[in-house]
Amino acid sequence: MAFRHVVGPRTHVFGDLATLMAKATPVRSGDRLAGIAAESAEETMAARWCLAEVPLSQILAQPLIAYEDDDVTRLILDTHDQAAFAEIAHLTIGDFREFLLTASSETLARIAPAVTPEIAAAVSKIMRNQDLILVARKCRVVTKYRNTIGLPGTLAVRLQPNHPTDDPKGITASILDGLSYGCGDAVIGINPASDSIRTLSDLLRLLDDVIQRLAIPTQSCVLTHVTTTLDAMNRGLPVDLVFQSIAGTQAANASFGVTLPLLKEAHEAALALKRETLGDNVMYFETGQGSALSADAHHGIDQQTLETRAYAVARVYRPLLVNTVVGFIGPEYLYDGKEIIRAGLEDHFCGKLMGVPLGVDVCYTNHAEADQDDMDTLLTLLGAAGCTYIMGVPGADDVMLNYQSTSFHDALYLREVLGLKRAPEFEAWLQRIGLTDGEGALLPGGAGAALLTAAPDLAA
Amino acid sequence: MSEDDLWKRLSRLTPARIGLGRAGAGLPTREVLSFGLAHAQARDAVHTPLDAEAVAGAIEALGLPTLTVASHAGDRATYLRRPDYGRRLSAESEAALRERAGEAADLAIVVADGLSARAVHEGAATMLAALKPLVDTSGWSLAPVVVALQARVALGDAIGALLKARAVAVLIGERPGLSSPDSLGLYLTFDPRSGRSDAERNCISNVRPAGLSYELAAFKLHWLIAQALTRGLTGVNLKDESDALLTAPEAQAGLDGLR
Repeated sequence: MAFRHVVGPRTHVFGDLATLMAKATPVRSGDRLAGIAAESAEETMAARWCLAEVPLSQILAQPLIAYEDDDVTRLILDTHDQAAFAEIAHLTIGDFREFLLTASSETLARIAPAVTPEIAAAVSKIMRNQDLILVARKCRVVTKYRNTIGLPGTLAVRLQPNHPTDDPKGITASILDGLSYGCGDAVIGINPASDSIRTLSDLLRLLDDVIQRLAIPTQSCVLTHVTTTLDAMNRGLPVDLVFQSIAGTQAANASFGVTLPLLKEAHEAALALKRETLGDNVMYFETGQGSALSADAHHGIDQQTLETRAYAVARVYRPLLVNTVVGFIGPEYLYDGKEIIRAGLEDHFCGKLMGVPLGVDVCYTNHAEADQDDMDTLLTLLGAAGCTYIMGVPGADDVMLNYQSTSFHDALYLREVLGLKRAPEFEAWLQRIGLTDGEGALLPGGAGAALLTAAPDLAA
Repeated sequence: MSEDDLWKRLSRLTPARIGLGRAGAGLPTREVLSFGLAHAQARDAVHTPLDAEAVAGAIEALGLPTLTVASHAGDRATYLRRPDYGRRLSAESEAALRERAGEAADLAIVVADGLSARAVHEGAATMLAALKPLVDTSGWSLAPVVVALQARVALGDAIGALLKARAVAVLIGERPGLSSPDSLGLYLTFDPRSGRSDAERNCISNVRPAGLSYELAAFKLHWLIAQALTRGLTGVNLKDESDALLTAPEAQAGLDGLR
């Protein structure tokens, strides 16, 4: 069924829901590259007028990729909570925006399992940045492993101590640096340069050692392919969180070498380890707009809607952490600071609305039209929006992945400006070891010597 | 040991920016400025246009004839948004190459701006100077060296096919990291033609003075070319085992001779 909107002498016609949603999307280079973006600014607004009038029930009834063709669609529809949907089933997308702006945190938690990715993406397309911030801030998504992530008024940080050759001493030095700034409550997570089981084994032991020696209430992760982590678990290596990059279509997941049964197997294996102390959220996922297009697996659907479908995949495995790596993919998908900022806010909002613990890797590459000022802007907006966690990379310069993210200093900045605390168990630990005062502020003098007990071989 | 000395010592263990110190929640001024400078250099590497004439001149000085072509991406802004255009030749360049194509050759070499003209300005001729004696020794026939503007790696497929080359080596400016604005990538593809995937290529990356040296990169590339021409393939089924040769004393001596 076609959608129409009349503007003066012109009638804008949109052939189907996928076309309508693509044309209603705020401008970004990836949708242009796919040849599905609006042809004019007026067409974008005509599409938004149309989209605002579409009932939520119609979006649910018209899957963008057929049920028979795609296991992500099947997962979305098979896990949809009909009872919770009853509360919002009568609304149009336009009504739904207003419902969200007025809803309480309790209401948002109640309807989260009724919100499909397509519904979340559709409403985000007619929302301004301030709407995305306001509603996301009200969403509560709390997860636990060895600490509690996502409480109101908190912001966690993934300590990302990457090294170009996985050198254990170099990685340890970066970990100590991050801890000395009070970072690492979300996870201490390494992207290894090598995907060999031997490297994985060394790094898992290194992380386990540091966490145990200093008795840090946090969790570790080596971000390698899920099949390699399964192998590590079978060998009895100390795996806390299981990581995987995921996308919003079956074919895009296949390009990552991932299937839903494989994720289920890894989830069950991680649960069986019982290494957690507070809660059993054992998975860590990364996503990012443009991954489906880059895998030639986008089905003519816009990249933001596909990104949101990845959150439906994440949701069924009750992850501790999910983050969009918003500016990593490059300018052919998100061209400049404006597009990256918009995408970061959309991804965070859509994830939270669906009940997923969304953090954001606020980042860019050197061929994007963006710089550290754009990252400051997005970081501050995400802090206001109640973002679950950000990355902590030494000096914001990832020397392994060759991109710029946020730094340990950036986390301090955000805490000071917005009064954000760390995960409470981690905050208490920092105080206990004498790194911070009762308010969570770093004490003068530093704590390098105290932290060095975690790495006796570096002390020599 | 003081806190300062401790971090100085730890920062020698990694190229990561650790032990920076802080001014309140912020970075010390020197660190803000040094990060800014590194980013400026990376940005300039991306946006400086390739001086094709100078690059071609330096290559011809090595005794290698050259041709200059352009991709379908007319300018840098288009190039950055449309990677597909950077993989296709412009109509004029395609016609020109068709006209100039001579006898079939064993190897075509493409020098492409990619995402860092600086890497090409500073490294391409040096790289070819290191490679040429090895190619000469092997007795392979060479097509003219093609200097390509607004080019992605896959542009080499179209060029190699038009020049009737058995294999194509693309020397291309890599996406600059914050501390590596001058890095070349080398991509080798056997039987080049449109539609080749990245899994069908071999890659040697981080070729720059502070990374993999031009001499060592030339040694590795020469090894890969020899394997590709003998075994008739490149890609995931051709593993770079040149390291094994490097540890052999005679190879080490040969390599020393190149320096």
